[in-house]
Amino acid sequence: MKPVIELKDVWKIYKMGDVEVPALKGVNLKIKKKEFVAVIGSSGSGKSTAMNMIGSLDIPTKGSVYLDGNDISHMDESDLAQIRGKKIGFIFQQFNLLPNLTALENVMVPMIFQHMPKEERIKRATKLLDLVDLEDRMSHRPPELSGGQQQRVAIARALANDPEIILADEPTGNLDSKTGQIIMKVLSDLNKKEGKTVIVITHDPNIAKIAHRKVRLLDGKIIGR
Amino acid sequence: MRSFLTVIGIFIGIASVVALLSISQGMQDAIEEQFEQFGTDKLIIMTRSGGFNGPPGLDTDTAARPLTEDDINEIKKNKGISRATHMLTKNSVVRFKKETKFLQIWALPPDKDSRRMVTDMQGFEIAEGRDLDEDDKYKVVIGSMLVDQMFDKDVGVGDRLEINGKTFQIVGILEPIGNSQDDTSLEIPIDIMKEVFDTGDEVAMIFAQVKDGLDPSKVAEDVEDDLRDFKDEEEDEESFTVLTNEQLQDQVGSILGLIQAVIVGIAAISLLVGGIGIMNTMYTTVLERTKEVGIMKAIGARNEDVLYIFLVESGLIGLVGGLIGIILGLMMSFGVELAIAQSGFIPMKASVTIELVLGVLLFSFALGAISGVLPAKQAADMKPVDALRYE
Repeated sequence: MKPVIELKDVWKIYKMGDVEVPALKGVNLKIKKKEFVAVIGSSGSGKSTAMNMIGSLDIPTKGSVYLDGNDISHMDESDLAQIRGKKIGFIFQQFNLLPNLTALENVMVPMIFQHMPKEERIKRATKLLDLVDLEDRMSHRPPELSGGQQQRVAIARALANDPEIILADEPTGNLDSKTGQIIMKVLSDLNKKEGKTVIVITHDPNIAKIAHRKVRLLDGKIIGR
Repeated sequence: MRSFLTVIGIFIGIASVVALLSISQGMQDAIEEQFEQFGTDKLIIMTRSGGFNGPPGLDTDTAARPLTEDDINEIKKNKGISRATHMLTKNSVVRFKKETKFLQIWALPPDKDSRRMVTDMQGFEIAEGRDLDEDDKYKVVIGSMLVDQMFDKDVGVGDRLEINGKTFQIVGILEPIGNSQDDTSLEIPIDIMKEVFDTGDEVAMIFAQVKDGLDPSKVAEDVEDDLRDFKDEEEDEESFTVLTNEQLQDQVGSILGLIQAVIVGIAAISLLVGGIGIMNTMYTTVLERTKEVGIMKAIGARNEDVLYIFLVESGLIGLVGGLIGIILGLMMSFGVELAIAQSGFIPMKASVTIELVLGVLLFSFALGAISGVLPAKQAADMKPVDALRYE
């Protein structure tokens, strides 16, 4: 089966003045459709950089990134944004909701960028918040929600355009363990029941246990899969 | 608060432009009305100094030869002229019950045709008492403002006042004309005027009526040629001017246009400052919302989407400034309208049209949006990975 995401000999080198710092060193990785993969590594291992490559938030210095068989390594930012909007749903450690919008409006934002009509947006956003048990908090703004609720709104937002891939960067990092478990269950259900490809970036081996496959990063290289 | 301070420059500029446009249009309308009354078939011939002299003893323009009654007769001979008459004017000391003022005195020829021609043009009508007649000697008709707005004591028909040391009795009071110069002037018989002021056969202004169906500007050129030959003067060195209604309006229009241009120029500076203010605010806003831009890009916003969001935001700041400016500008122009009405000058109504309001709102939005282009471009060009990392 063709991988949904493939990194081929990917290098990412940051220039700090005269010094070059390689964050990724020739990473090769294939992720199949409907897989649940955990990318594990400690701080400075390159896992955030790997997430940026996988999520098309950044382009490699060398090598290629393929999304559904298409090389996205040299695309311009606007095209990458469109691809991200359609194919990838992001969940961040710090939730990254827009603070002046309600939960419902936050979930609708990705749909606006895909030009979904208003009535359809409202209907879909309501359904997604219902899916994450937040139908009674739709009109609340992020500062009025708990951490767990905000992360659930973020999950609903990530599902806005029904993407193939869910990319979660330390999704439980800012939550207590009980809430973290709830979030991980949601992600697991998305994989098992909805058939989403889920990629979780984490430093926590307990979180990684839920995944089908663990990919370990150390000093910018993959050391185990 | 920050947004309010940002739009101050915009609304001051917009208020100035709105006030200026509505007042100048109102003035233009008022002046056009006055000229309509004057009539498009009339010519005014006057000396280059304008036919008006200052206080007694003040040197008039020595380069200008005065117009005389012979000049009127010459003008009457022109084939394009149906009738002509003249007016004498002088500024003089007027004394009423120990109070003195410096006012304009004027006189018309006694024949009814001449008087009707001028009084129709100028809108003179008797409100109280009677008009002067051919037999009157030291009688005077006064303007409406002299009744109760010039002297401490009210002035009425039958009262006496002194003009240039001679005593005159008031026989009539005019209806208000609508401008303070006419409403504070006094009319005396022309032969008495010549005697009291020793004017000889000088005239201040000649009014001529163009025959029906003829082009006033062509007749004016003819009259100018005739008079130049009669007075033996060189072209472009005439001591007089011949003006049609249209030319008078053009002259007034040019002056108004110049004033408009100056004020618009000043308002433009304010608008430029306002635009820079918006740009500054937007740069700050973009910086503060860097992470938000990163989030939007991560969830599918293209560069164009981000650009659009910030352009609309800065456009709306401009629009709000424009709205406040329109309200302030209208308040200013209605204030000026009230002040003019109370001062006794030509009454005018500030002119506000829906096109003016919509045009100004559109302009304000565009100004805001244009001011926000550079900051919006900066936001649009941000890399999402860098923006997301920003704290």
